[in-house]
Amino acid sequence: MSAVPKIELSGVTKSFGNKHVLCGVDLNVGVRESVVIIGGSGTGKSVMLKCILGLLKPDAGSVKIDGQETVGLKGQALDEHQAKFGMLFQGSALFDSLPVWQNVAFKLLQAHGMPRKEAKERAVATLASVGLGPEVGELYPSELSGGMQKRVALARAIASKPEIIFFDEPTTGLDPIMADVINELIVKSVREVGATAVSITHDMASARKIADRIAMIHEGRIIWQGSVKDIDHSGNPYVDQFIHGRAEGPIKMQIRKL
Amino acid sequence: MNPLALIGRAFLEFLATVGSLARFAMRAVKHSFTPPVYIRQVAKQFVDIGYYSLPVVGLTAFFTGMVLALQSHTGFSRFDAESAIPTVVVLSMTRELGPVMAGLMVAGRIGAAIAAELGTMRVTEQIDALTTLSTNPYKYLIAPRVLAGTLVLPLLVLVADIAGVFGGFLVCVYDLRFNAANYISQSWEYLETRDVTSGLWKAAVFGFIVTLMGCYQGFNSKGGAQGVGKATTNAVVAASILILITDYLMTGLFFSGK
Repeated sequence: MSAVPKIELSGVTKSFGNKHVLCGVDLNVGVRESVVIIGGSGTGKSVMLKCILGLLKPDAGSVKIDGQETVGLKGQALDEHQAKFGMLFQGSALFDSLPVWQNVAFKLLQAHGMPRKEAKERAVATLASVGLGPEVGELYPSELSGGMQKRVALARAIASKPEIIFFDEPTTGLDPIMADVINELIVKSVREVGATAVSITHDMASARKIADRIAMIHEGRIIWQGSVKDIDHSGNPYVDQFIHGRAEGPIKMQIRKL
Repeated sequence: MNPLALIGRAFLEFLATVGSLARFAMRAVKHSFTPPVYIRQVAKQFVDIGYYSLPVVGLTAFFTGMVLALQSHTGFSRFDAESAIPTVVVLSMTRELGPVMAGLMVAGRIGAAIAAELGTMRVTEQIDALTTLSTNPYKYLIAPRVLAGTLVLPLLVLVADIAGVFGGFLVCVYDLRFNAANYISQSWEYLETRDVTSGLWKAAVFGFIVTLMGCYQGFNSKGGAQGVGKATTNAVVAASILILITDYLMTGLFFSGK
């Protein structure tokens, strides 16, 4: 790991009303490292990503990218900060009014002003790298299966070669085989683009495959982090319960809402 | 609970809504006039809001003009004032009914569609996806709609004025046996430029209101399908009420000197 981490979170807190979602998150992600955040539903994983992206403003704490503070950025500076990221959304979040190739080339067309012909060539090449033929480019997102939508979304996230890519539950809702295909594509494309990757998931098979390092978040804090090979003997009862998927343990599921 | 507290809470909520709406409106205007302007999106909205509303707006205005002629005939014939009918029709249409009818129809057709589309984009994370693709959602989604709505509604109202006057003409000439040439010259006689222009100013304001309410409700919708439904209803109801209120205020402003 190089001296200055790519992403550095310290003491990040975020509340919505009385609900404290993040209660002081500290996390470093090195350059070109792939970190997977695991944790149950509603433990603040997505909120954390949105805080790093600048879509949400943390109540306190600092988020540094390449050593630069990014909390409170506005206007041009915020745009430049957000231009460093690519993101694969949980529900793919493809623009259903645009054909697939325009989805993939969206940033190149709209933000970089690339000519349509060139952008389309880039889109077709990126689609090929996730295993989709050029004919898919002419279809609309609603005409694709869930697995294909995920691939298109992955292509869109990597098309502009961002420095940092976020994966929000990339395998949720896919069958195990398609999930593995997506995992392999993620590993391959992150390596090709040379990006730093942060993924959130509760799919352990996926986490083991794509992570260099795993961090577990519980009740708004990072309670454990370590390399993939250490996760099976972490000695942390929370981690053990989570990776083995036991209902009994220190993590109590709130069955009934307050 | 203390009834005074209830009143206070409702009042504070009202003020908060007014404040956030005003901020939203200011952002929409600011982003309409600062580059980059997405010309393609603006053109698409011109067609959607303007061209495809022509049949609905034309038809309602046409029948409104017909009813207006019939109703004023039943009233005016009681004191031999039938000759005033052409003037009543043309003044009511241009000053009042053209813009209000067109505004309300567009509120139902376009305000609802905008709220539903943006609301769905919000809950499927497509709006967040825009930000991660270096595209400002205000510029890409809001500004083109508000700009097109404000510019295109006066044109629609011009069509509505013509259709309405023509409806009145048909009823008077073919049903009530007026002389066609007389009717036309009567229509022109008392019509002033500002009768028409005041109606067109109203139309521009109504177009702004309809698209702004659609965008505001859709952009801030949350909570899945139900939230989108609520946003759609709110957009249409709020736009319709605001149209009628501003219509009164603007009429007072334009014609108070007379």
